[in-house]
Amino acid sequence: MLRVFQHGDRPWQALITLTAIGVMVLMLAIGWLLWNDTVEARHAFGWTFLLPTSDPSWNPISNKFQSWPFTYGTLLTSITALGVALPVSLGIAIFLAEMCPAWLRTPLNWLVELLAAIPSVVYGLWGIFEFLPKVVTPIGNTLSSLAHIPLIGRFFDGSIPVSGASRLGAAMILTIMIIPTITAVTRDVLLAIPGSQREASSSLGATQWETIWQVLIPYGLSGILGAAILGLGRALGETMAVTMVIGNSIEGSLSLLRPGYTMASIIANEFAEAVTQLHSQALIEIGLILFIMTLILNIIARFLVWRVARRIPQEARA
Amino acid sequence: MHILTNYQHHTNDNSPINIDIVNLSVYYGKFRALAEINLQVHEKQITAIIGPSGCGKSTLLRSFNRMNDLTPSAHTEGEIRLDGQDINATGIDVVDIRRRIGMVFQRPNPFPKSIYDNVAYGPRLYGVHRRSDLDGIVENSLRQAALWDEIKDKLHQSGLSISGGQQQRLCIARALAVEPDVILMDEPASALDPISTLRIEELMHDLVKNYTIIIVTHNMQQAARVSDYTAMMMIDEQRAGNIIEYGKTDVIFTNPKDKRTEDYVTGRFG
Amino acid sequence: MTHFKELITRNLSARSRRRKATNAIILSLTGLVTLLALIPLFWIVGYVILRGGRSINPALFTQLPRPMGVEGGGVLHAIEGTLIITILAASFAIPPGVLAAFYATRNPNTPLGIILRFSTDVLSGVPSIVIGLFAYAVMVKPMGHYSGLAGGVALAILMLPTIIRTTEEMLKLVPQNLREGSLALGAPEWKTSMSVLLPAAANGVITGFLLAIARAAGETAPLLFTALGNERFDVGMILRSGVQAGQSVWQIIGRIVNQPVDSLPLTLWKYAQQPFPERVEQSWAVAFVLIFFVLLINIAARLWIESRKRRLQG
Repeated sequence: MLRVFQHGDRPWQALITLTAIGVMVLMLAIGWLLWNDTVEARHAFGWTFLLPTSDPSWNPISNKFQSWPFTYGTLLTSITALGVALPVSLGIAIFLAEMCPAWLRTPLNWLVELLAAIPSVVYGLWGIFEFLPKVVTPIGNTLSSLAHIPLIGRFFDGSIPVSGASRLGAAMILTIMIIPTITAVTRDVLLAIPGSQREASSSLGATQWETIWQVLIPYGLSGILGAAILGLGRALGETMAVTMVIGNSIEGSLSLLRPGYTMASIIANEFAEAVTQLHSQALIEIGLILFIMTLILNIIARFLVWRVARRIPQEARA
Repeated sequence: MHILTNYQHHTNDNSPINIDIVNLSVYYGKFRALAEINLQVHEKQITAIIGPSGCGKSTLLRSFNRMNDLTPSAHTEGEIRLDGQDINATGIDVVDIRRRIGMVFQRPNPFPKSIYDNVAYGPRLYGVHRRSDLDGIVENSLRQAALWDEIKDKLHQSGLSISGGQQQRLCIARALAVEPDVILMDEPASALDPISTLRIEELMHDLVKNYTIIIVTHNMQQAARVSDYTAMMMIDEQRAGNIIEYGKTDVIFTNPKDKRTEDYVTGRFG
Repeated sequence: MTHFKELITRNLSARSRRRKATNAIILSLTGLVTLLALIPLFWIVGYVILRGGRSINPALFTQLPRPMGVEGGGVLHAIEGTLIITILAASFAIPPGVLAAFYATRNPNTPLGIILRFSTDVLSGVPSIVIGLFAYAVMVKPMGHYSGLAGGVALAILMLPTIIRTTEEMLKLVPQNLREGSLALGAPEWKTSMSVLLPAAANGVITGFLLAIARAAGETAPLLFTALGNERFDVGMILRSGVQAGQSVWQIIGRIVNQPVDSLPLTLWKYAQQPFPERVEQSWAVAFVLIFFVLLINIAARLWIESRKRRLQG
């Protein structure tokens, strides 16, 4: 297309280009700042800050800090949430994409989106007063009977506090909160798969479920994994609802049933009151670890979703 | 022995019939796409369905294996008797119908799986899991589809990595793997180059020894080359599809009884 | 060949029955699971309306908080705070977001275009609490105090990726010939963008803004150490005292944004954890207000999109 520069055009091009650069600069600035403002902490603690330890300390007075309890809490709750949310979201996405009558699709999609629109603090409030006592505590009590199973038993050690405030509570609320994310992407992946694949499978005598399970899901697998990773990323960064239901305790147990702490929660609870520079920096360093984790997950997720999108034109070539 | 046909029907030879369509109508919502179709398909022969675009050829073809069921607004009346049994009756096992009546589509649509897994897909659905059994079925199907020699060393490559013509033969092999009685072909070569088209047509001559073949094509020369019987379709004033003439291919093309058929096959319109 | 046929049709009707049963069971499970997943939605909204609705009274919206343990009072400070921070955030995020979206639609395949897309993706995945840390470092620390302005900046960073993405998607939907027609008539690119493309995409774009604003208004984490919270925040008083002292508009605005400020979600968080029952009930009332506005904006956005879709088809 012939581009003729007109009066006012160059400043416009410059403006939008500068803005685009600005966005990039912003992203870099966040990374740089997190790195820079943790210099002293990183030198003071090195890798011991990160690594698992059976005797973690988080002591603003003696200035000894280790992030393991929080890292563990974040990982346990997020991965558990993903483990439950993924099959559920897959089921919902299958229903929305393959089963649902057309007139029901839009309202249902909207309802699932609405789940994501509820503010995190409202989830937390409902969590404390309704969800924990009525759902989490009973489930926690039932799960503690699993404590004797070798290997996985230690995730069910101890008993859940009466209030229900526990890693289990956090994991269950996170499950609800990441379902919309995973469902929306998975549904879009399924809808994008060409109808000719379904036709081919049906014409061989496959039932609808067989088509979904043996053709569609393998076809869209990269995209579905991408959706899962996006959901995981969301879970890692979720702050308020988790802080309100997890119990905020550095108690050493590995169990889901006991109160715990997450990386986002410790920052939320302590940053405004941190007095010493090392304390602040330790908290920022936790933020840095969170940033890197979500950055990596985000990149992997986008790559996977891109891979499915690339496959579709391939089939159209005859 | 049977029916009233409201059209020129002249296949009164004694070659056995395995599919008998009686008063078939297909509706999409309120719109009638096919009106009271009556047709008898001869076993182990190639029957071509021709006609101008939009006259309902594909809809008719898809009625044979109840693929129209997949369209939510579609609704079928009338009978399609396969070996005496009406496949539109309630309580019929649609899954088995689709096994016995296979389909090859206009654009090749292999799964993004290996060539082997494409062909083995159907048999696995029916409970064949032993490696040796599957190996046998895969080879047998690929041989019947005239593809074995070309890809026997590439069985584990993706079905999408081969050429268009090969993909279409892969789709044919895939359909053959479940031991159908009938093969439906919806313009199977229209997306392919002339050489691949010729190979498919040669293939059809081999396959028809063992299978009943029904092919929809807009290419009249192909219909004339390939088929034993030809049904000519057109839409009526209500835009519903009808069969206006049905008979042995050489008669249809050299001595059609209906003027409209004659106009179409001589290219006066189309 | 009969051997193969036998393999395939072995136990055919029993297998078919089993396959169909499996099919029916699993597919109805998907419907069940969908219903199950929607239960929390109805539970939360329903319960918030019931319990929060109980504590809704005019004082909530018009009064400042009373001292702890004393009944009554309201969350006027938080309402004002939310409005101010949200307006600031929108003003900071929307112009650059729209400009960046124009760049992205215009130059999707240049190196910068690809980097822009990547940066937007990265930014959208940064946890909100980390964005709060960033805003603290670039605003609160240099300024030496917490402020609504810093909170606005934090929320703006949060909103930016969403605004870029939805604006870009809406702009892409504008038919190409609209753009080419305008350029062919001699209009410079900036004029084409602002007077032709943007209005054509306006509905979707504004819907995108509204949804981003609704999301930002419900955020708490980034405000924890930027806006911090301020129970004595009173815009009315600032205005009155400012006018009396003869301050300029800018000075008054400065006083408004340059101090710590509460927001509705922040208040909810603080009140929910307090041992005073009145405070807890007030936090339910605040939840009611939040849910009400979130639902309102989402329904409005949905209706807008649907009416636009109908207009395109009809």
